[in-house]
Amino acid sequence: MTTYAFFQHYWWFLISLLGGLLTFLLFIQGGQSMLFSLSKTEDEKRLLVNVLGRKWEYTFTTLVTFGGAFFASFPLFYSTSFGGAYWVWVIILFAFTIQAFSYEFQSKPGNVYGKTTYRSLLFINGLLGTFLLGVAVATFFTGSDFTVGKDNITNIASPVISRWGSGWHGLEALLCPRNLFLGLAIFFLARTQATLFFINRLKHEVLENRSHKYLLYNAIPFVVFFLAFLISIFLSEGFAVQDNGAVYMEKYKYLHNLIEMPVVGILFLLGVLTVLYGIIASILKQSFKKGIWFSGVGTVVTVTMLLLIAGYNNTSFYPSSSDLQSSLTIFNASSSEFTLKAMSWASILVPIVAGYIFIAWRALEKKKTDMDDINSDSHAY
Amino acid sequence: MELLDVSLINWSRGQFALTAMYHWIFVPLTLGVGVVMAIMETLYYKTGKEEWKKATKFWMTLFGVNFACGVATGIILEFQFGTNWSNYSWFVGDIFGAPLAIEGMLAFFLEATFISIMFFGWKKVSKGFHLASTWLVMLGATFSALWILVANAWMQHPIGMEFNPDTARNEMVSFWSILLSPIALNKFFHTVLSGWVLGALFVVGVSSWFILKKRELDFALRSIKIGAIFGFISTILIIATGDGSAYHVAQKQPMKLAAMEGLYEGKAGANIVAMGLLNPDKQYDNEEETFIVKMDVPVPKLLSLLGYRDGDAFVPGIKDIIHGYTLSDGTEVSSFAEKQVSGKKAIQALNDYREAKATGNDSLAVAHKAVLDEHFANFGYGYLEKPADLIPNVALVFYSFHIMVALGMLFLVIFMAVWFFHWKKKLENVRWLLWGSLFSIPLGYLATQLGWVVAEVGRQPWAIQDVLPVQAAVSSISTGSVQLTFFLFLALFTALLIAEIRIMVKQIQKGPGNE
Repeated sequence: MTTYAFFQHYWWFLISLLGGLLTFLLFIQGGQSMLFSLSKTEDEKRLLVNVLGRKWEYTFTTLVTFGGAFFASFPLFYSTSFGGAYWVWVIILFAFTIQAFSYEFQSKPGNVYGKTTYRSLLFINGLLGTFLLGVAVATFFTGSDFTVGKDNITNIASPVISRWGSGWHGLEALLCPRNLFLGLAIFFLARTQATLFFINRLKHEVLENRSHKYLLYNAIPFVVFFLAFLISIFLSEGFAVQDNGAVYMEKYKYLHNLIEMPVVGILFLLGVLTVLYGIIASILKQSFKKGIWFSGVGTVVTVTMLLLIAGYNNTSFYPSSSDLQSSLTIFNASSSEFTLKAMSWASILVPIVAGYIFIAWRALEKKKTDMDDINSDSHAY
Repeated sequence: MELLDVSLINWSRGQFALTAMYHWIFVPLTLGVGVVMAIMETLYYKTGKEEWKKATKFWMTLFGVNFACGVATGIILEFQFGTNWSNYSWFVGDIFGAPLAIEGMLAFFLEATFISIMFFGWKKVSKGFHLASTWLVMLGATFSALWILVANAWMQHPIGMEFNPDTARNEMVSFWSILLSPIALNKFFHTVLSGWVLGALFVVGVSSWFILKKRELDFALRSIKIGAIFGFISTILIIATGDGSAYHVAQKQPMKLAAMEGLYEGKAGANIVAMGLLNPDKQYDNEEETFIVKMDVPVPKLLSLLGYRDGDAFVPGIKDIIHGYTLSDGTEVSSFAEKQVSGKKAIQALNDYREAKATGNDSLAVAHKAVLDEHFANFGYGYLEKPADLIPNVALVFYSFHIMVALGMLFLVIFMAVWFFHWKKKLENVRWLLWGSLFSIPLGYLATQLGWVVAEVGRQPWAIQDVLPVQAAVSSISTGSVQLTFFLFLALFTALLIAEIRIMVKQIQKGPGNE
């Protein structure tokens, strides 16, 4: 049971779960991307900023933990992707950095650059953060231009192990339509979920009604781009791994994975249906306010399963399109058995973390938020 | 084959230093003020006095502004290990990554979860729940520091690992020896205490400003008392942990100690330099005088005593470390040239081992592995070219260390004086002290920054002491890309700092009574 392979699978599952949670929590970014369109008056903007501002740290912390966990469990991915696709990751980081202070600073006297600047930074975070994360994750299925040579470490003049082929350092991913499909799907999913969140949290008739409209406008492109991505990867070749570790191209690999791992396949379909239920029920019935929870749970499950499809069943989770044998798998890119085991002990505490997050979330969200709440809160943004 | 150029290494180092230094402008204040506001809220909880609540909320607002900046700069730091130090990430990621992951899973979520309650929960949760949240935020911030400092301490003194030639990386073999390493524990306490000292200076300085302006006197006197006591205790403790740091540096990083003291030629019964002006023409291989002017601490043999717990112990200088030396206990330490040869043998043995494995010649692989094991302790020296590569920037380390220590002593005097005059109920009349306290705030920032300069510049050229120099740790990207991101981050962080300072000043001017 507790073999090296078990821990490699366990940690890929945790990474996938963190990826799923992060995708759900990107509703914050989705909401930020609508700050200048969904809200028309200053009061409306302020209300949106404040309901989002009470949650932004969850997304941010999940992203940081996602990065830390990836580093710890699959360090070869960390060194290859971050050091290689430099520009994509730097722009993503930049997009999240500008979020971190924009809530806290925007309403404080003496903030130098004015409220609109900080809100514009939140908008940029919402736009680039979601889209580029989607593009980066899409390369897990479409491949990137890199080589890995562990022997390089003995070359004193140039000991770098992972090297990127393209001088664009990751930005070349934007030229692949399949990557764009997922990037746009994540962007519109985040906006869709934001509207569901606003419907659930706000006590403001105008914004609620407008959120219902925006839900439809964003859900349709989300479904279109997500389906386009799914169809394109399920019908294309995938990066399969032989028992000896050799990587080869296999037709319909990701579709095979869906079928050959029935639990993953069923959960994936259930996840997609739950997301759609949350969206459709909210569109059809104005009084239905719990769409965010269906959509949220569905998103976590769907994305987790999608990432399992990328890494399980003898599949390369970070393939090299220029040198197949440099592709990363959960076996050749992982930390040692000892490290994975040690971190697994620490991961036992995760349910406790989830427990106190639940308690704290509930404590602040006993009732819907309205302008009175904001006006009476001395720390409101 | 593309060769790594020096400018890429220097710009990558510069970018990391830039991010780390900006990050460390914001973090120590959250560590220190976090404790102060938690103490004040505890007093509010116990006494029910609104004055304590008012004071808590005032310091909490300033905490929040800083916290946001710390978070913003922190995420760049974490991911820079991958973006700019990709070889490092693979070569030691098996060990270094684990603390980062645990930091995220356990400490960051603690902070992120309860900070919402702390800021937005005053009217939504009970007093007890709110107090617990404030303490948990403080604990979360401190635990965050624990894990990253464990990782940093491991880079200064790598233990609990073995090199695996099959994976071409170092792998963890003892989690507890990494976590409980005396160097890690000492570093943790020393660094957190530096945050506490800065937080205390900030509270004392800001409170002094209110007293000088004759505003919010009740609030200011309450705050300044807590700040002075907290600062005094923290400074005493930091002196103790500073002694621990110096001892560990002497044992594990003698080159850093030599640079801290400007010690080119080692000696038994060595003194500590109290202050001095270094001769800029001094090199390890010339006979110039080291100092233009110098004054020792008037306690003889103090460096030997502190570094080796023996007043007559031999403390190696830079020349000794280059040419080899013998410690007082008879231990012989190899010269740079010998270590360099040994390191090159280790690298060659790794190459031979991997070739033998690739061709299926296991017995030959075993033989090369034995050579690798024998020489692995000097692995990193194989990447260095000349003795000078081993020497950090002596002037920068020397002056940083001495100014930091002098400032620490000054802070101790300030805390004692403020506490004394507060006790005598004469503080409002001692205006020179109040002004001094106010102007000591930037000095507190300077001292904490200098501490990191000593720690990080002093260990150059090593990313991992003796195992991986910075030139073997860097990513393969163009220098132009790193230059561009350097200036991008410089502009962003500077703009952020300007806004942060202005907001803080405005909030302070607004005072606690005008929410």
